[in-house]
Amino acid sequence: MTTRWFGAPVQRVEDDRLLRGHGRFTDDIGEGALECCFVRSPHAHARITSIDVAAARELPGVVAVYTAADLPFGDVDLPLLIPHPNLTHGRTQRCLASEVVRYAGEAVAFVVADSRYVAEDAADLVQVEYEPLPVVITPEVAAAAEHLVHEDVPGNVAAEMIQETGDVDDALAQAPRRKKLHFRYERGASSPMEARAVWARWNEAERKLTVFDSTQSPTSIRGGLAVLFGLPESHVEVIAPDVGGGFGPKIMLFYPDELLVPFAAMQLGRPVKWTEDRQESFTAVNQERGQVHEVEVGFDGEGKLLALSDDFIHDGGAYTPYGLILPIITAAQIPGPYRIPNYRVRFRDMYTNATPTSPYRGAGRPHACFVMERTLDAIASELSLDRVEVRRRNLIQPDAFPYNLGVAWQDGNTVVYDSGDYPELLDRAVKMLGPSPEGDHVGMGLAIYVEGTGVGPYEGAHVQVLVSGKVVAATGIPSQGQAHATVWAQIVADELGVDVADVEISSGDTRRFPWGVGTFASRGAVTAGNAMHVAAGMVADKAKRIAADHLEVDPADLELVDGQVRVKGSPDRGIPLAAVAVLSNPVRYAFGGGTEAATQFTSRPRPGPPLPGPALPGPPLPVGEQPGLEATGYFSPPGSTWASGCHAAYVRVDPQTFRLEILKYVVVHDCGRVINPLVLQGQIEGGVAQGIGGAFYERLAYDADGQLRNASFMEFLVPYATEIPPIEIDHIETPSPLNPLGVKGAGEAGVIPVGAVIGSAIAEALGVPITEMPLSPLRLFELSKG
Amino acid sequence: MKVNGVEHPAPTDARRLLSDHLRHDLGLTGTHVGCEHGVCGCCTVLLDGAPIRSCLMLAVQAEGHEVTTIEGLARDGEPLHPVQQAFHECHALQCGFCTPGFVMSVVGLLAQHAKPSAQEIDEGIAGNLCRCTGYASIRRAVDRAVELQK
Amino acid sequence: MKPPPFEYHAPTTIDEACSMLGSQEDAKVLAGGQSLVPLLNFRLARPRHLVDVNRVADLDRIYQRDGGIAVQALARQAEVEDSQVVARLCPLLSSALRLVAHRVIRNRGTVCGSLAHADPASELPAVLLAVGGHVIARSVRGERLIAAEQLFKGVFETTLAPDELLVEAWFPELIDPFAILEESRRHGDFALAGVVRSGQHLALFGVAPTPVLADPQDPAAGLQPSGDLEATPEFRLQLVRVLTQRAFAA
Repeated sequence: MTTRWFGAPVQRVEDDRLLRGHGRFTDDIGEGALECCFVRSPHAHARITSIDVAAARELPGVVAVYTAADLPFGDVDLPLLIPHPNLTHGRTQRCLASEVVRYAGEAVAFVVADSRYVAEDAADLVQVEYEPLPVVITPEVAAAAEHLVHEDVPGNVAAEMIQETGDVDDALAQAPRRKKLHFRYERGASSPMEARAVWARWNEAERKLTVFDSTQSPTSIRGGLAVLFGLPESHVEVIAPDVGGGFGPKIMLFYPDELLVPFAAMQLGRPVKWTEDRQESFTAVNQERGQVHEVEVGFDGEGKLLALSDDFIHDGGAYTPYGLILPIITAAQIPGPYRIPNYRVRFRDMYTNATPTSPYRGAGRPHACFVMERTLDAIASELSLDRVEVRRRNLIQPDAFPYNLGVAWQDGNTVVYDSGDYPELLDRAVKMLGPSPEGDHVGMGLAIYVEGTGVGPYEGAHVQVLVSGKVVAATGIPSQGQAHATVWAQIVADELGVDVADVEISSGDTRRFPWGVGTFASRGAVTAGNAMHVAAGMVADKAKRIAADHLEVDPADLELVDGQVRVKGSPDRGIPLAAVAVLSNPVRYAFGGGTEAATQFTSRPRPGPPLPGPALPGPPLPVGEQPGLEATGYFSPPGSTWASGCHAAYVRVDPQTFRLEILKYVVVHDCGRVINPLVLQGQIEGGVAQGIGGAFYERLAYDADGQLRNASFMEFLVPYATEIPPIEIDHIETPSPLNPLGVKGAGEAGVIPVGAVIGSAIAEALGVPITEMPLSPLRLFELSKG
Repeated sequence: MKVNGVEHPAPTDARRLLSDHLRHDLGLTGTHVGCEHGVCGCCTVLLDGAPIRSCLMLAVQAEGHEVTTIEGLARDGEPLHPVQQAFHECHALQCGFCTPGFVMSVVGLLAQHAKPSAQEIDEGIAGNLCRCTGYASIRRAVDRAVELQK
Repeated sequence: MKPPPFEYHAPTTIDEACSMLGSQEDAKVLAGGQSLVPLLNFRLARPRHLVDVNRVADLDRIYQRDGGIAVQALARQAEVEDSQVVARLCPLLSSALRLVAHRVIRNRGTVCGSLAHADPASELPAVLLAVGGHVIARSVRGERLIAAEQLFKGVFETTLAPDELLVEAWFPELIDPFAILEESRRHGDFALAGVVRSGQHLALFGVAPTPVLADPQDPAAGLQPSGDLEATPEFRLQLVRVLTQRAFAA
């Protein structure tokens, strides 16, 4: 592989369109679509005693109003996406609730009208009678099990899992020092700037369903719709067009609208569109981060970890479509970069009367990192040791890879770190951070994390050289802003020896590539990136075979450079890649584009060995070869790749108003080989900003009745530029041995340690114990009172 | 109302928001809708040259006024407007959903301050939410746009 | 999040506007719309009639009168913020405006609209109170002057009658020293608590149903602020004391 493009700060090819206002987001698609609105439960837990939609149906402009009773799949539980033996009491919701609602915002009825305005008018007219039931909010209340979220789930426990390496009880008993610690993390919302949207059209003549969906997984949505509607997959097209940010919760099967919009389109014979508004986005979209941890740690007088036990409860929400993935990630990621000789983790995934949970950028890791780093701070404090030194003494060393943690990972394997250099991360971060700024109430925070990225099962790619010499490439996973069109083009361009500008990428469109899994878990570069590499490599090999015949040389002597397939060392002996594309497809009819060169009367050597028998050379298409200069390749990683990083910061807190000022924030990051430093910088800067939001601004505030009290951007405080400081970034590269490109994921990295860093820094600045996230001036005021 | 230099018939439905009118009646879908309560800034357009929230204005109120949307900054086939070009060079957009609103706000900011200070930049782009970039690249883009506009 | 149906009126004169407000039941005035339209979009406000005064002629001036600054109903906050005469005579108003939401909001929002909306956490009502300004209200019944102390009645509530249009606000020439300080979660957010100093006068916002005048020596005396997600009553009192101290130390 040449690396002309890989590693270069290539400016994005997708920008021009988006900057001119020519992006194509789901709500941009009109085509006369009917518009929709949900009627959602105002109660967090209630029995539905009656639903009356008569007045709504009569409103002029209303086309249909659906309740569960109107749906052929009204009594079908939506899929439990990730079954697991420990998920003993998995429960999923129905498309529209008809008996019991279990969170405020759960869908009860669906209105289709000429416009969203009329649909909202009609939704106001739907009369639903509820009989309120006791509300279970917060994981602690759920664990107390005074009331149940699901009548048939004892103790509100969806799943329980316990894992142990070594002998924790014995090690704790023998540890010179022991400490018990309690940590709490609350829910946040991913809040992409584009809320969710679905558009669908049913073509009766072709019996074909076309769905545009702002999803992170169009291939899975297609599979699910095909099953539900009894259609062959070839009759269902799902496209994730431009998607305005996702950060996790846009991957779910199914949100009710993802079924109802296609269903209504099929029923009504007209395109139908639903676009989520910001208010419903706060209650109808999955959330994350609520956990409560009870830690016991044993250590020696030097601050070395001897044993750690963590027993935590996870706020799963009202249903568990995503299974126990979140707590399983937390459990696996608590040790992070540190060697813990004896480790035990138990978790219980609790039902609560709140919006269901599924991964949100970081996915179980910000809490894990917070728990571990605050524990190390506590050890340092107890021993009056330097916080950095305590970390240094416990780090896994660079010669220890592969490093088997011995606990379960989200892909069914155990956690095995593939590569890394954690001491180098720490040293560089400390150096970058430099001496503490002058003044009172300044604090330093530092955290190191490890992130399992690039999880399987696989992704694929199709790469084709057109007769124009341009290259088109497609993969199944969509982009929500991660610059896939640029970085895939870089990978393909290197393999084929063409300019990035000559590679056009399609992603997230099942019409172009129907297989694959989705964009999540920092996996795109590892899975789809390597699939692109594999497929483009297959195309390059094929181009060499065809050109070798044409040039009468050995394929091994050829290289792909500057749009040519040419003889190594003889740059003037070659053939344009475009011409190779022509030759790859023997034609009878020259249809333009230079294809006359591949017609049957063209004098040229026949490729391949001659067939036995007189006079005839080989067939025009050699045996075993397929027409077209194209290939489909797949990459299925053997295990996750483990990215890592160290963040450190100085903050100042006003001791009277508790206003937070982040004076300096540094990041040292390792995601293996870097494809595009410009794009990577953007991922990290954005991740840190989201992390700062999650540490000090963004808290979903549920009251005891299960009402979300800050369901708007007025009150759920996503930071503006004025709240986000500049961030300094450095990189190290420990290539992953697990994939040809040596890459690891980077999407979630920025967000993971921020809570731990900010919490630690504030603790030092104010001299108050910080054991919870997120914080706020009010919370610091209360903590300061003691 | 005149939109991007083209006269359009008056909107008929009094309650229709300007954002919906631009997007769904005139097909100018470059203006995005992110919150419909004036906090996110995705729907920012120029009204008689000054940036405003199109989700906080009724379409009928724009009658007789001149509206410029993102599509009106650089015509198809023409080079990008300096602010757009700066966003491209500085990787100041990722998903691109908030981008048109940011670009329009920055056009307004540079009309107000030809060479804004760091604080003026922060305050000028505060009012627009971005969930992808963390704003650092957008700050760089404003500085770059100042250079390009010289 | 789309506005509910309403009947829309767009008068072109003050008299016409007043007669509409006088004759229609349940009418709301639409000026800058930066507070009202969000309420419509959330369907928290459902007025039967919307009287859009933006087309009323000669109602957008910022001018000197009676030793102070008069700001008419359609003068946008950004215009007042940029006004040289405001900067000279009442720089406190210029400073306060820079804390009101964001520039893009101020391009449309009006000073008079902010006063009529009477959000207890907003800056401008407290400024009017601190400097001892007044507003002028018009209706078919005539015109009246309402002093700041008489204007604010409760949370989002003023002494304006339903048929009255707030046509002008007046701020006297400022006496030094002055300051406006507030604590908000994000830049441009409504304040958790704020203080306005004009000479030796002190007005507080965000800590009572209306802006209130207070004793700089004991600003929290008698206050019973409400609590919410971002501030308890006790935290608000602390902020008031701290901010007052800082405003008078400067």
